Parts: sequence; C-alpha cells; structure tokens
Amino acid sequence: MAKYPPPEELIKINYTTPVKSWMDTKTAFRPGNFSYPAKPDILKYLGMPNPRVWSPMDEDWKLPPDWKRIVMEKFREKLKKYRSFKIFMDVCVRCGACADKCHFFIGGGDPKNMPVLRAELLRSIYRGEFSAAAKVLGKLAGARKLEEDVIKEWFLYFYQCTECRRCSLFCPYGIDTAEITMMARELLHELGCNINWILEPAANCNRTGNHLGIQPHAYKDMMDFLCDDIEEVTGKRIRPNVNKKGCEILFITPSGDIFADPGIYTFMGYIILFDYLGLDYTWSTYASEGGNFGLFTSDKMMKKLNAKMYAEAKRLGVKWILGGECGHMWRVINQYMLTMNGPADFMETPVSPITGTKFDAAAGTKMLHICEFTADLIKNGKLKLDPSRNDNFVTTFHDSCNTARGMGLLEEPRYILKNVCRQFYEMPENTTREQTFCCGGGAGLNNEEFTETRLRGGLPRGNAVKYVRDRHGVNNLACICAIDRATLPPLCDYWAPGVGVSGVHELVGNALVLDGEKKRTTDLRQNPLPGMEDEEE
Amino acid sequence: MAAFYSLLAVLALIVIPWLGAGMGMGALFGIVLPYIAIIVFMVGFTLRIVNWAKIPVPFCIPTTGGQQKSLPWIKNNPWDNPYDKRGVVMRMLFEVLTFRSLFRNTSVKLQQDGPKVAYSSEKWLWGFALIFHYCFLVILIRHLRFFMAPVPWAVHVTEFFDTIMQIGLPILYQTDALIVIGLLFLLARRVFDGKVRYISLMQDYFPLLLILGIALTGIWMRYAVKVDVIAVKELAMGLVTLHPHLPKEQLDPSVYAHLTLVCALFIYFPFSKLMHMGGVFLSPTRVVPNMSRRAMWVNPWNDPSVKPHSYEAYENDFREKMIEAGLPVEKQA
Repeated sequence: MAKYPPPEELIKINYTTPVKSWMDTKTAFRPGNFSYPAKPDILKYLGMPNPRVWSPMDEDWKLPPDWKRIVMEKFREKLKKYRSFKIFMDVCVRCGACADKCHFFIGGGDPKNMPVLRAELLRSIYRGEFSAAAKVLGKLAGARKLEEDVIKEWFLYFYQCTECRRCSLFCPYGIDTAEITMMARELLHELGCNINWILEPAANCNRTGNHLGIQPHAYKDMMDFLCDDIEEVTGKRIRPNVNKKGCEILFITPSGDIFADPGIYTFMGYIILFDYLGLDYTWSTYASEGGNFGLFTSDKMMKKLNAKMYAEAKRLGVKWILGGECGHMWRVINQYMLTMNGPADFMETPVSPITGTKFDAAAGTKMLHICEFTADLIKNGKLKLDPSRNDNFVTTFHDSCNTARGMGLLEEPRYILKNVCRQFYEMPENTTREQTFCCGGGAGLNNEEFTETRLRGGLPRGNAVKYVRDRHGVNNLACICAIDRATLPPLCDYWAPGVGVSGVHELVGNALVLDGEKKRTTDLRQNPLPGMEDEEE
Repeated sequence: MAAFYSLLAVLALIVIPWLGAGMGMGALFGIVLPYIAIIVFMVGFTLRIVNWAKIPVPFCIPTTGGQQKSLPWIKNNPWDNPYDKRGVVMRMLFEVLTFRSLFRNTSVKLQQDGPKVAYSSEKWLWGFALIFHYCFLVILIRHLRFFMAPVPWAVHVTEFFDTIMQIGLPILYQTDALIVIGLLFLLARRVFDGKVRYISLMQDYFPLLLILGIALTGIWMRYAVKVDVIAVKELAMGLVTLHPHLPKEQLDPSVYAHLTLVCALFIYFPFSKLMHMGGVFLSPTRVVPNMSRRAMWVNPWNDPSVKPHSYEAYENDFREKMIEAGLPVEKQA
C-alpha cells in the first residue's frame, strides 16, 4: 500500500486559492492521487481503443495521433445526445454554491476539486472550440485550446470524482457533476486513458458475471463455506438454490457480499432471512454481480452488464427480482435499467409472498430493494426479532450516495435498524440522508493506490462518524452499499478508530429468532453475544 | 483583470450614448438600437430554448432530495423527490420562486483540534440573490407604465407597494435601493471571496456591472436630474406602437445611456449564462420525476445491438466446473 500521512498531518488543508489562474496551474501526478491505468489486455478484451502500457507519471501518454479530432468529435456527439450535458455546459452562473460541497475538496483543498471548476475543465474547451466569441476573448472568457495537458488534467480530476452528486443537490440548476464526469470519462476512454480498477472488474463482470472474477464453482464453494459458518452460529443448515429454474424470485446482490469481509456477514443475514421465510428463490452465478462497473465506464458497458439481470430472470423464469444492499447497483436499477434493457414484461410486479404487499414502486423494473422487502415484513409483524442480540453494537447509519440522491431510499433501512437494534443514533443532519457524504471510493475509485486521496475524501464522513462515536459511543456504522462496506472500514480506522462497519441485513440476521435454532452464543461474526462471553467454548 | 475589463466595457456603454445623443445621434440610441436589441433577444432566446429542447433526455436522472414514494406507510417527499408531473411542478415552483436548492446552502469550517469539520447554514447568497431577482422583476413590471396606455392596474399596485414607505421626493422605490444592495453583495462576493474570485470569469462580472449600471443610471434619472417622464413615455410609446419618433423636448443624455445599457443587456442575454433563466426549466436532474422504476422511460437512441455476454457463452466457458460443483446446466458436457 502507498504510504500516507497520519491524520494530524493530512488535516492541514490549505483552502486559500492560488493567485495564479487555474489554467496556469499544471497538473501534478504523485503516488496516492491517481489510480493505475488499465492493462492493455483488459482493453483488448473489452474492445476499447488504444491499449498500451503507460503511466500518468510519464511525460508522453502515447495518445493516438489524431486524438484532438477524436475528442472533439465525441464531445460534439455527446452534446447532441444528452440534454443534461449541453445544459450543464451552458447555464452555470459560477455562484459557487457547490464549491465546498465536494468531499474531495473539503478533505484536500485542491480548487480543481470544486465541482464548478471540475466542470470548467470541460467548459473551457467547450467555449474555446465551439464558441466564436469566447475564442476571441480567450482566457478572459474562460476559453482555452485543447492541449495534451488538458487531457492529463481531465484524467486526474475526473478520476477524483466519485459521482456522488452531492454538489447537484445544492446547485440552483441541478448541475450534476456525476453526469459531467461520466461524459469526461467517456471522452478519455476514446484515447485509451482509463483506470484498471474500473475496467478489470467490468471485464470480469462480463465474463464471469461478477467483478471479482469468481467462477461459478468457486462462487458455490464460498456460499457453502458461509453456510457452514451459519450452521455453527445458529445450528441450522441452509441450502440456498443456485441457478435453479422456476423459482418465484431471483436474488442479486453485489459479489462483495459473497467474498469480502464484512459483506459476507450481510450475505449471511440475507440467507438466514430467506430461509426463515421459506422464500422460493434462487441465486445466479451468471448474474452474480449487482454493482455495475459499466456505470463508471460508458452507457454501452452499463447496458451490457446490466442486461444480464433481465436475461437471467428470463432464462430462469422468475416472477420478479430481489436486489441486495448496493449503491451503484440501485442507481442503475432505478435510473437506467428499464430504459436500457426493458420492457420487463415477462415478469410481474413484485408481491411479497409473505405479506401479500404489492410493491408498485417497482411496477416497471420488477425489481425490489431488500430494504423495502424487509421493512414491509417487519411492519406486518412477520419477523420474530430479538434486538437485544445486537446490544454489543451502538449503531449509526450511513446513507450511500446513490441510494440517497439517485433514488431516495432513506426511511426503509432506518426503519429496519430501529427494529433490529436498540441503540441507534443519527450522525449530524448535514451529513446524512440527501446531504450524505461519500465514502471516498465510489465510481470505481476504491483501489489501494488511491488510498491517500480516499482518506482525504473520507474526512467529512469519518468526522461525522467520530462525532457520534465520541458523543454516543457508536461503534458500528451500518450501510447498504458494498463499496461502502469495502471502503468505510479503513476510513473509520483512520478517522474514527473503534468503529466497525456492517450491512443492515447482518443486524437482521443477528436479531432474527429462527425456529429450532440452537441457543445462540455468538453473532454472525462469531463474537460473543452480550452476556454470553463466558459461554464461549 | 476580468472585473476591470468588464467595468471598462460597461463605462463605454454609458459614455458612448451619453456623448452620442448630444451629437444628434438620438435616433440611433433611442430607436434603432432598441429595435435591434429586442429582435436579437427574442430570436436568440427562442432559438436557445428550442435548441436545448430538441436534445433528448435519454435517461431519467433526477437528483432526489428526499424520501422516495415506496410503501404507503412511509411518508414520501413529493417536492424534493417527485414521483409524477404534479410533484415536478411543485419542485420547479419552489426552485424558481424561492431558490430552494440555494436555501440549503451550507458552509464548511475545519477546526484542527480533533480534527472537526463543522457545517453551518449559509443563507447570504440565497438571500441576496432572491432580493436581486425579485427587485429586478418588480422594476421590470413598474417600467410597463412607460410602454402601456392606460397603465394596467397591476402596475399601479406594484408601484404602490414599492413606495409604501413614502421616503423622499420623488418617493423612493424600495426596489431601487434594494437591487443596488443585492448587486453590490453579489459583486463583493465575487471580488472578496477567494473561492468565488478564483472561478469568476469576465462573463460573470460583466452582467453584474451592466445591471448595476442600469440601476444607477435609472436612479440618476429619477432622483438626480429628474428627467421629463412624459417625454420618456412618448419615446417608449412610439417604440411599442411601431411609430418611433424622438420626443419634441430634448431628453437628458442619461436616458440614452440607460436605454443603451438595457439594450446591451437584451443583446447579451441569449448568448450568456443569463440563459439560466430558461435553462433551469430544462435541467434533467430537476424536471424529471423519479419514476423510472415504476414506468418505462424511453431513450430515443437506445442501441438494441448492445447485448449481454450470453448465458450460453458463459456456460460453455465453465460447464465442466459447474457440473462438478453440482450446479444445474442447460447442456450436459
């Protein structure tokens, strides 16, 4: 791992802006502020342009010879395809309301991480190349020529944006930097300037169905292994269906829940719940990734990867799809899936087989969020819960950016948490719900080499966690996003030591009282339950 | 530098007509320029809107600012997370009439001890932006009395409320004072707030100074030189009735300066960021409802040739391993 400074040092942030114009400030790459480029064979596999070995630290980026023409052509094309892009290029008044809303700016102080300026990186080219008046006035009008340095700048800053949309919430015109970042990244892709941590997972998702590249037998093995652990804790053997045809429901969750700590405990929570309910459902190894790495790549890749969900639902003949806890996955499902891969008329509007509730919110996509499903179960008194089993946890909830600002799933997880644990405290209001802060690793930036910048970007979130830790003794940060479950543990260790991270359904799994279970002495992590410390063998 | 050049440009727009009118070019500044300005404005504004509106909104991408509509017992937030057209109308009304998004504005303070990051409500920009925009609107409405005979009732009412404090003679319009205060705040923010200065361009200073110039020349005409209002109305009525002529009485040159600045604003408007006035109604993150999980949103350029890596290819790749692991397969090896 790249070395990064201790918190006391990292916090020395200089917010004063330089005297020199931002256009005269050269882009500086240094270890820790950028992600490694995609490997050539990955680009070849995905059929993407300009595969080569290169590093952002190099002087020569080995761009294709006619790169300027390529960029301008694609730029023009995007302006014609997306009203969002065109409007966002045109209407910004540079009021600066967004300036201090970005976690990377708050935690780093680099003015080019102010959302308005991040967008100006593109706008300046838009003016310089497309607007006659600005061409004449040049720099004074914020216009400039497309040079190689501009590409380098784009690469640095559009891979320092997690597409969290917090700026968009505060913008009087709703200018959404996520949208601008997506366009910029697509332009960079045309030149072969992209990062491995996005494209290798995308390639894996395509071939194996999940971003970790887990092959079907290994996927099954891992599930069996986790079922062993469940048996040890509850005394009950669960045998979930995999790739089974004719079930009522297909369940899809991010693959991090199968393979990575602490996501695996959330996985246990899911299947304990489903087993308790006797749900007629199946997993799929073909569509074994909820998180869509195409969202960080291009609209085409997003569509291609997402299409597996419907293809598999059709092949297996399910009535509807249930989705696990994931941020980007739900952004894609809520805002893109039906448009790209619909209509989903081979399925039915989700109906809970337990409560009979019909979920009209998912009438189009036929895909239900597990928090909606579980909240409905609890509301209807269908779950026997013992929240005291979570008494070791003092919990707070982290809204993931995508489900908060791209969907509005705010109350459901909170309702569940308040029913499965007895100690729940909210973080300060400017840091939760629609104003939530990113974990610093969204949009494909959850990689090792980027850790220092991630920790900087995680300052606002980490600080809010620290606040409730100090005030209420919070020691558990619950969330409903697999990237959060991967990025928040190191973030908490850094900014709020002593706070662990869990999924919401891990706590459900702990609290759920199963028929015929053995007396539980540990939670799903096999830590002793409150008052059971002595009964450990 | 950008601010300085903007100031120079605005000063030129005052000085040129001021001198020009004295040299007998009244018809140019009083008749020709206003007609050009209004045509450029109307055509330019319309074209911009039409051009934007013609570009598709391929995806339904609202920024959701509150609870979605899901289960009936969960209270949803239909204004910040609208699920239908009615909700969108409410969202836009609040956005346009009260600057709701800007109202949320917070500022960040970083304390080294701890360290602590603190967020506090920051309403200055919201407040002064609101003052400026509403004053501008009232002033615009008040000016209709120059262009209409008889003067509509609504204009009288607006004037009544604008002069309700009965200060000075001629009675002070409160909006005249307030708009200057609003503009000065917005300008000061650009000049003195480091972050905002860093992002400010000539096209940010110029309209502020231009509108400030309009306000100040207006105030000058009304309170300092007390121009002949009847003559001004004669000129204005000539323009709107398409019988343009210069009034018999000599108009004070400040009238031409004021009018030229207004014309400059009209001409500049469609080519500038001032188009946020129209653009806000087309911003996809605000004007689409959060409904694409309920119903199909159609992308006109959706490419049907993009297909997933097929299940068949997947099984071909892993069949033996799947069989060995006891996973069901479509085709036996």
